[in-house]
Amino acid sequence: MNTYLDWLESEAIHILREAAGQFERPVLLFSGGKDSITLVHLAAKAFYPGRIPFPLLHIDTGHNFKETLEFRDQLAARIGVQLIVRYVEDSIRQGKATEPQGKNASRNALQSITLLDAIEEFGFDACIGGARRDEEKARAKERIFSVRNAFGEWNPRCQRPELWSLYNGKIQPGENVRVFPISNWTELDVWHYIQREHIALPSLYFAHQRNVVMRNGVCMAAEPCLHIADDEVVLNKLVRFRTIGDVTCTAAFESHAATVEDILLELHDIRYSERGARLDDTTSEAAMEERKKAGYF
Amino acid sequence: MDLLRFITSGSVDDGKSTLIGRLLYDSHAVFEDQLQAMRKASRKAYLADGAPDLAILTDGLKAEREQGITIDVAYKYFATPKRKFIIADAPGHIQYTRNMVTGASNSDLAIILIDARHGVVEQTRRHACIAKLLSIPHLVVAVNKMDMVSYDEQVFYRIAAAFKSLMPEGSFQSVHFIPISALHGDNVVSSSERMPWYAEPSLLAYLEELPLKPRERQGPARMPVQWVIRPQSEDLHDYRGYAGRVIGGALHVGDAVQVWPSGLETCIKSIELGHQVLHEAHHGQSVTIQLTDQLDVSRGDLIASVAHPPVLSHRLRAQICWMDDHKMLRPGTKMLLQHQSRRLRCIVEQLVEKMDIYSLQAIPAECAGLNDIVTVDIRLASPLAFDPYCDSRHTGAFILLDEHTGQTLAGGMILHALD
Repeated sequence: MNTYLDWLESEAIHILREAAGQFERPVLLFSGGKDSITLVHLAAKAFYPGRIPFPLLHIDTGHNFKETLEFRDQLAARIGVQLIVRYVEDSIRQGKATEPQGKNASRNALQSITLLDAIEEFGFDACIGGARRDEEKARAKERIFSVRNAFGEWNPRCQRPELWSLYNGKIQPGENVRVFPISNWTELDVWHYIQREHIALPSLYFAHQRNVVMRNGVCMAAEPCLHIADDEVVLNKLVRFRTIGDVTCTAAFESHAATVEDILLELHDIRYSERGARLDDTTSEAAMEERKKAGYF
Repeated sequence: MDLLRFITSGSVDDGKSTLIGRLLYDSHAVFEDQLQAMRKASRKAYLADGAPDLAILTDGLKAEREQGITIDVAYKYFATPKRKFIIADAPGHIQYTRNMVTGASNSDLAIILIDARHGVVEQTRRHACIAKLLSIPHLVVAVNKMDMVSYDEQVFYRIAAAFKSLMPEGSFQSVHFIPISALHGDNVVSSSERMPWYAEPSLLAYLEELPLKPRERQGPARMPVQWVIRPQSEDLHDYRGYAGRVIGGALHVGDAVQVWPSGLETCIKSIELGHQVLHEAHHGQSVTIQLTDQLDVSRGDLIASVAHPPVLSHRLRAQICWMDDHKMLRPGTKMLLQHQSRRLRCIVEQLVEKMDIYSLQAIPAECAGLNDIVTVDIRLASPLAFDPYCDSRHTGAFILLDEHTGQTLAGGMILHALD
């Protein structure tokens, strides 16, 4: 145990093995972002030379970047893990979700509906996710093993106390547990680990030329699924993404960082948080808490 | 760079949130947009002198912001070039003993805040007592609000002396006293010019430099088995890898070990992590080991060095902190006991005594409720391999679960085996 990165890695692997050991049907929630890619890397390490003993689940809003989807399929094929994809589009077609309207319309929040359906369809009792406590203030209070009731809801005031490294995944039928192995990692820790382990990432994270429109001071990718108003101008800029959700909810920013090393240098000086570039968290002070209560990742 | 986990505790209005806010703010762990969002949300976002109220950085839940209190343990992160820090921010109210015990269970150090105007109060004693109960090795007593007592050194030394008389010598590996003003930043990140009489490093400098030698690192080696890796592929037909995280001293290739509770002896054939082949595995390291003999080993078993075997017993005495709001603990209560990767049924035979939360004296107990700290005798459905908590904060700890709902009812620390 030489560095804090070794400690974080060992802790995450311990949690992943507890998830495999305590549950009948765990699943890893894969978004295509750096945190869930890091999770897959950790899971491969935790069970080597065996295979990862649970599938990956991706909830596709239908508005994902093509780079994310290509990367997802290649990764799953390379490590030989089962990939399940469920579509928000289907939930809308089935009348379970309503397509949001307007300029800033995003299917991001609808993912919860599709996710809860998938949990029921496959009978998943544990969903392993890449959320980190440093991301957002409601997440700072979330347990590593976090129980969701039969409606997928999180009740922040009745969380189980979590002591030592004893994770309690005993639940009643219908309930499920969200498992967060990299809870104690910060954004910088993830990047340092990506650098150390040479983890491959989608090209979106590195500086590239892209057509964008400027909105609230950030660059939104000018993709077909983004509503572009008549008075908005499409510009070509050198940008990168700091966090990847779908096209409608994540913004890029101007950057020259072309390598992981460049990104680490850039992050040391940056004065804005990772989620500051996400329109889904800036809608209200308690936006994340409300979405989490309703079953969000 | 290494890692220090610490807990902060203090009474309501001791300035605990302000201290954490100060550490985060001054170490640049807070981003501009987070500050802006919080300023927008909080009416009391600015203090009288126009500085941002750093306390608003720590309240995570809506109800907490509305009521201006901390309900739950929150984890906060910051790093300096020397160390990464994880803060467990536990609320100070008396009814939240549960939260302090939770935060303390994973901490290497506790910061206890004392308001310089009020000195050592009942809460101070309770917090120190919980820190000791959970065997936190290091203690920092921060005398806060020194600005309110004109930075008077006599006040500081009087409080330090009062605190020393409270805790018996040797309760902690180290106890350090430091006068601060979290509000103005005196002795928090940099040394204070307003307290030239205090020549020692600032709080942050102290946290950065404190040598960390967990007692467990010198202790006997153990590895609870979490998962058995059996690829059953053609080239790895007979491969059986035992996956787990090492606790205590190191395990080496060639070491003689026993597998508990069966007690069967074997040797370590290999240690790996991913593609890496290792010769030894240390405290805290997650690895996969192979044994030289084909034994029946499964999740829940404990691999331990032959030289220092664990205690094996189906009865034990333990101190527990009861954490459930609804259910009461009575003699005869049946529950599940989770110890490392093992879960087994148990029954509480008797409540020996409980700690009175006001006097901190042992009193007789017939039942126990939320936040009670009780000594109990427990009988297990089958023998358990463990170490006393004073020897290991890992193999000496357990939680008790409700058999039906799965709720975590209590956290426990093993004192010793019973016949």
